[in-house]
Amino acid sequence: MAQQLRPSKPADKQSKIDWSRRQEAENFAETVKLFRQGKIDHDMFRRFRLQHGAYGTRMTDDYAMVRIKVPAGQVYPNQLEKIAQLSEMYSIGSAHFSTRENIQLHWVILEDVSEIMQSLADVGMTSREACGNTVRNVMCSPMSGVCKDEIFDTTPYALAIARFMLRNPICQGLPRKFKFNFTCCEKHGMIRIVDVGLLPQIQEIDGEKRKGFKIFLGGGLGNRSFVGHQLEDFTPVEDLLYTSMAVIRIFDRMGDRKNLSRNRMRYLVNDLGWEKFQNLVLKERAVVKATQSVIVKLNIDDSVNEIQRPISVDDESASVPDGYARWQKTNVEKQSQSGFNSVFIGLEAGDITANQLRSVAEIIRDYSAEGFARNGFSQNIVIRYVHDDDLKSMYSKLIETGLAKTGSLTMASAVGCSGTTSCNLALTNSHRLAKEVQRKFLELNFDDDDDLKDSTIKISGCPNSCGQHQIATIGFYGGGGRHGTDMFPNYTMSLGGKFDEDAMLGHHTARIPVKRIIPVILKIIELFKENKQSDDTLAKWIDRVVNGNESSKITGVEDIKKAIAPIIVPPNIEDEPDFYMDYGSDTNYHTVTGKGECAA
Amino acid sequence: MIDSDIPIINSKILHEKIQENLIRIVDVRREQEYQQGHITNAVNLPLAKLLADDSSESIQKIVQDLGISDDTPAVIYDDTFGALSSRVVWALQYIGHKDVKLLDVTFSQWKDLGYELSTEVPEIKTATHSVKINPEIMATAEYLEKVKENKNVVIIDNRERLNYLEQHIPGAINIPYRTLASDGKILRTKEGMKNLLKNRGISEDAEIITYCGSVGTLSGLAYYALKSIGVPNVKLYVHSFKEWKSLEKPIDKQENANYWDLSAE
Repeated sequence: MAQQLRPSKPADKQSKIDWSRRQEAENFAETVKLFRQGKIDHDMFRRFRLQHGAYGTRMTDDYAMVRIKVPAGQVYPNQLEKIAQLSEMYSIGSAHFSTRENIQLHWVILEDVSEIMQSLADVGMTSREACGNTVRNVMCSPMSGVCKDEIFDTTPYALAIARFMLRNPICQGLPRKFKFNFTCCEKHGMIRIVDVGLLPQIQEIDGEKRKGFKIFLGGGLGNRSFVGHQLEDFTPVEDLLYTSMAVIRIFDRMGDRKNLSRNRMRYLVNDLGWEKFQNLVLKERAVVKATQSVIVKLNIDDSVNEIQRPISVDDESASVPDGYARWQKTNVEKQSQSGFNSVFIGLEAGDITANQLRSVAEIIRDYSAEGFARNGFSQNIVIRYVHDDDLKSMYSKLIETGLAKTGSLTMASAVGCSGTTSCNLALTNSHRLAKEVQRKFLELNFDDDDDLKDSTIKISGCPNSCGQHQIATIGFYGGGGRHGTDMFPNYTMSLGGKFDEDAMLGHHTARIPVKRIIPVILKIIELFKENKQSDDTLAKWIDRVVNGNESSKITGVEDIKKAIAPIIVPPNIEDEPDFYMDYGSDTNYHTVTGKGECAA
Repeated sequence: MIDSDIPIINSKILHEKIQENLIRIVDVRREQEYQQGHITNAVNLPLAKLLADDSSESIQKIVQDLGISDDTPAVIYDDTFGALSSRVVWALQYIGHKDVKLLDVTFSQWKDLGYELSTEVPEIKTATHSVKINPEIMATAEYLEKVKENKNVVIIDNRERLNYLEQHIPGAINIPYRTLASDGKILRTKEGMKNLLKNRGISEDAEIITYCGSVGTLSGLAYYALKSIGVPNVKLYVHSFKEWKSLEKPIDKQENANYWDLSAE
């Protein structure tokens, strides 16, 4: 067996930034006690709890969900190992990767949250301001720094903004939560559906090439969704902080603090009108600049990441593992750095076991030349700087640990929010539905179908948007339906959502009973296959259909409605009892919800 | 050898005493694992053998066959995070053995510490052991049902969170067995353990009854986690939830949530 040893394995990399503050854990424990003793009222405690990243849990005050922030999605092997341990000690033995690059531990006993906070401090992590009316986790495209289409790497800026905002007094009581997304390019980030979205740009000013951004403001998904507006042609990096401060100050001053259901900044932008809001921001920025008594600067760490291919044992005689070609096609992206790849690890609806987390940590150490991973935007993990020669061996390792699911970069990897598995607001088990859709797609080899590659399926368990259904090619949000006196889970389907430069919210098409969702998706794919043009994709075809630009047999949404109508007729409960049960449930469906606390 | 009432021994101390060969060290892994290497001078008692019949007479015979008399100091270890060894320590204490201790590391951790191993099987001389049942460390279903409403009684379920959410003894609180360990040891530090109880509002003066899935291993570990900080009144509901269910006693569950679907298992 030919074995080849490469030189020196780099030392385990650890986060350069310590996001934690240890005394917050003790303070949390004390406050929980006072709350239990009735010395702090419920609302006050809830605000405090959310500020510290502990979200409420479905139908109970006894448990919390701890949302661990991962700024810019950058996560280190020792952090993943710690989370693995914490999931076994205090949670359900699995952790959850969210759509906003957080890692969540569910069903944690409220009294144990402080122990988690203590342990997170050991690895420099925090849950502070992961919930509540604060600046939430600052996201950055998982491809930043390696994307072929990027102008420059925005990661240092994302980290600097996260550092500046965390625990900053101005961010402690905003009218509502506030989200920043940085990206590498239009395709990989979601900059038009957040409060502040940033796309890197370079502009030549006075013969000098200067870094800056296109900044998009006032986007967001929710009960009412909006696409963000571009602030100005070009915002130089020196103005990043001032602009961010100006926007937050305007929102803090003018945002709606009373009407909880419409107090995100996008409503303020909508109410004032974009031009007025834009003017306010530009003026405020001038004021912020002029009134700084000391120069406030972002702490940008521009030092170059050390890239060192880890030592590994090549077994050249090993055969190519089964399924490798399909996996590589649907899970691996070439980087701008020649010879290196970014490997997308797909999880079912973002869930991963403690042992798998430990394996991921080991795989990062063994295969990533940058020594850490990035959380993706689709409940996934991205391990970057994997050398061409190491992909097969890495694939074998992923198979061993059950993490080699194909289709991460395709429509097969459906996104589903936590739904009735833990969320108070949920009406349906969107989480399980996403898993069911993914399993079906993989069974049918849809991940291997190039026509479906650029489409997405995203599912929310209620009209709010944690599952980001509005920007999916085929999106769903949950609700209840009724046939006679019998209730069943019923999802509203939207078609044609997009988050790139042509960002568009999906078009509400029909209500689909949960047990008909897979047949309806299959029907839509069938219609597409019958009517597509030669180089078509499902996303392009749906886009033409919803915009009335399709000239085949299916000319608009009405034709799709007609085609699926026979599938979605409710059967009598005696004929098909399963129709009236949600996934993961063996009793008839009824809606149960508690009080939401996003707005607390 | 009894330095305190706490039935737990530090690996370093055991290591220092091995050569004296005055302690009966008992390895409760499977025979095959034992044969491949064990702590020097250890004898083998696969847990299954003890569980096959855990009447006091049977335990007495097992103990005697291992050469443990009333006065023989004994130390028990496993490689299953201390849960199996805890169950054996408890069984010995239950029949009245005074000097039995739980090793504070697993076999793997012992190896990681670099302490020596052996494949030699020590010669065993059968001993005589009396039976003086220690009823106050055991809880039966009947007892549990009688006291569970008492204000001073705390019932702890040591199974994993999802099992607990799905069904548990009414009023029980959940401390999954994984919560009890620390890096490199089967138990938390004393401070860590005290802090856990403090956060949970569990008084060290309470009567605490631990249970788990079926045979009292995970809850045995919890029993000794509590003993490690000197909690005086702890009982093991040794036949645990399996018996409770078979007796059709009342059960609580967390309703209206599909928590199982969050698991990636």
